[in-house]
Amino acid sequence: MEIFQANNVVKEFVGHVALSSVSISVKEASIFGLLGPNGAGKTTLIRIINQITAPDSGELFFEGRPIKADDIYQIGYLPEERGLYKKMKVGEQALYLAQLKGMSKKDALKNLKIWFEKFEIQAWWGKKVEELSKGMAQKVQFITTVIHQPKLLIFDEPFTGFDPINTNLIKNEILELKKNGTTIIFSTHNMSSVEEICDHIALLNQSKKILDGQIDQVKEKFKTNTFEVQYRGDTPDLEYRLGANFKVLEHDVNDRLKQMKVQFLNGNSNNELLKILMNQFEIVSFKEVIPSMNDVFIHVVEQNNLEILR
Amino acid sequence: MNKSILILKREYLTRVKKKSFIISTLLVPVFMAALMILPTYLAMMDDKEERTIAVYDPTSLILDKLESNEFTKFHYIPRQEFQKLSKNFKSGKYYALLHVPENILTTNLAEMISDKQITFDIKNLITNRIEKIIEGEKRKKVVDESGLPDLEKKLAATKTNITLETIKIGEEGKAVKSSTEIAMAIGYVAGFMIYFFVFMYGIMVMRGVMEEKSNRIVEVIISSVKPFQLLFGKIVGIGLVGLTQIAIWVILGIAITTGVTAFIGHGSAETVVQAQNIMSAQGMDQMAAAAPAQKNITLEIIQSIGNLNIPLIIFSLFFYFICGFILYASFYGAIGSAVDSDEDAQQMMMPVMMPLIFSIVILFAVAKNPEGSLAFWASIIPLTSPVIMVARIPFGVPAWQITLSMIIMLGTILGTIWMAGKIYRTGILMYGKKVNLKEIVKWLFYKN
Repeated sequence: MEIFQANNVVKEFVGHVALSSVSISVKEASIFGLLGPNGAGKTTLIRIINQITAPDSGELFFEGRPIKADDIYQIGYLPEERGLYKKMKVGEQALYLAQLKGMSKKDALKNLKIWFEKFEIQAWWGKKVEELSKGMAQKVQFITTVIHQPKLLIFDEPFTGFDPINTNLIKNEILELKKNGTTIIFSTHNMSSVEEICDHIALLNQSKKILDGQIDQVKEKFKTNTFEVQYRGDTPDLEYRLGANFKVLEHDVNDRLKQMKVQFLNGNSNNELLKILMNQFEIVSFKEVIPSMNDVFIHVVEQNNLEILR
Repeated sequence: MNKSILILKREYLTRVKKKSFIISTLLVPVFMAALMILPTYLAMMDDKEERTIAVYDPTSLILDKLESNEFTKFHYIPRQEFQKLSKNFKSGKYYALLHVPENILTTNLAEMISDKQITFDIKNLITNRIEKIIEGEKRKKVVDESGLPDLEKKLAATKTNITLETIKIGEEGKAVKSSTEIAMAIGYVAGFMIYFFVFMYGIMVMRGVMEEKSNRIVEVIISSVKPFQLLFGKIVGIGLVGLTQIAIWVILGIAITTGVTAFIGHGSAETVVQAQNIMSAQGMDQMAAAAPAQKNITLEIIQSIGNLNIPLIIFSLFFYFICGFILYASFYGAIGSAVDSDEDAQQMMMPVMMPLIFSIVILFAVAKNPEGSLAFWASIIPLTSPVIMVARIPFGVPAWQITLSMIIMLGTILGTIWMAGKIYRTGILMYGKKVNLKEIVKWLFYKN
């Protein structure tokens, strides 16, 4: 079931279009990656989901029905540019933000206690935010985002400012939240983390959605029938022996363990290539090259920019 | 609305709990009281030291007329002793040496010799007394020479002291004693108070908005509440901080004034009695007669304060503080949302500050002529009316003018709040863009 859906959302600012007819749909209990270069319109879309700004046209659905004002209490938002009141005490502030999200003081205290224990930061309760390091403040902010147990969480670059240990901690918390049924919209430029945790992505470029789908399908779609082969042995005229159906993209013969990338040019199968290669040398490894999200991102965005220029 | 109250509570509590707030709220009245009490107290602290002054008086004019009092004794010395003392005066037995030269009637000059700096009080006392004695002496001479009997009495009778009673005819045709000075003083203080509070707390709203914007916490908060609720809660919360401070100052002010009045009132009665004693002892009845007149002034002040419409003054003080504050706080809030840096804020603040500063500039002219057209218009136009109207009210302002001013004020506030809300909504999410007035006016017409 879709927890959130946007149909043909349009948002224009004076002088430029931020979103032109963008549609996304986010499945419940999944992690949805919202990707795109700077200025693509991600923040605008996130603000529309949060009802900070309203779209000029288009429909928004939450849990299958048109979104209403109260739904913001079911949403938790961690903006990219984040901050807390510097002069306010950590505990007071967390309590205040939780209450703004509609929690009662009692429930907020109870949940905060659990989270503070989980992150082992009980000692910070009475400290002022300005006394905390950046990473510490980020942890507090993460807690204030998830404290009211929202059904939908929106994280905009959640890992910036964390060391590898805390990044891992936060990542695990996000996966844990997903396991417990929370839906997460995840916006980042860090493609390796997208690959790691996202189930589904949408890619925005210049106010338009140019790609979306399940992450494995997206990658499947952009694979180029390229295989990486490692071998031992000596093969002069390899390219000639492979014939016109295969193209050698890279060939590294300087090491003892030699390596090459071969692309199919038309509908050949892996086995066919293997058959030819088996007769030439000793194969050490043979695997298909699946494009990384990073490659997909760059390829698709550059392609799209060229099209727009034309 | 519930969320606005949460925000209001935070804005209020974080500010009221600040040390700087507590200290300034409690200390300012104490300082004011100290400023009032200390000079009077110090002046009243009688110099309790006993001093003997040697007097050499070859003229015999003041001989025996200079009477000793409790702490200052006079001791007449003969010529030889004077010569001895004057050459090498060392205080010990005598605090100082007073020399009344023979030609004092023509030169009006006497001298006092000491190895110390003669205290102000002693110098005053002796100057006054010799003055009176010599004046009497001269007058006697004139009277004697003229040969007119009773001249002295006749001259004394020419002494005049005019008292101008200002009486205002009240609405029921009842004559009320009024004091222009009191009305002016109260109007002035009230006007300044409004200026000060609106200014200080208006800026506080701007700083609060800027803090949230530069902290970036604003985006989190407006994902839970509407921007307008946030601005509203902030303005009301900070306004309540201002009211708290005013209320504490008014209460402490009344308490301290009452205390001070009791203290000084008690003391001054004593001083008056003392002065009368001294004067009558010297046979200067006409001076002593002037003292009760002074007492009358105190009474009159109390009377004319009683005749002022105190409830109206206090009501208008609060009304114009609240409205003036909301008016200017909306402006300041809008500015705070539009700018990124302090320098930009300074620049944008100038046009908003002008009407307030203008009110203070014309405040004196208004207090001098509270019925003039400047006073009238300035108390109707909402940008200046908070300061000017409260300054006018102690003089008595026609009810229709007050009503008109208040209605225009309320209407304007509604307009500015709407406008500020629009600007604020766009401004708080706008970063890294240098805005000008034209840009801000455009924001007024943005759709959400």
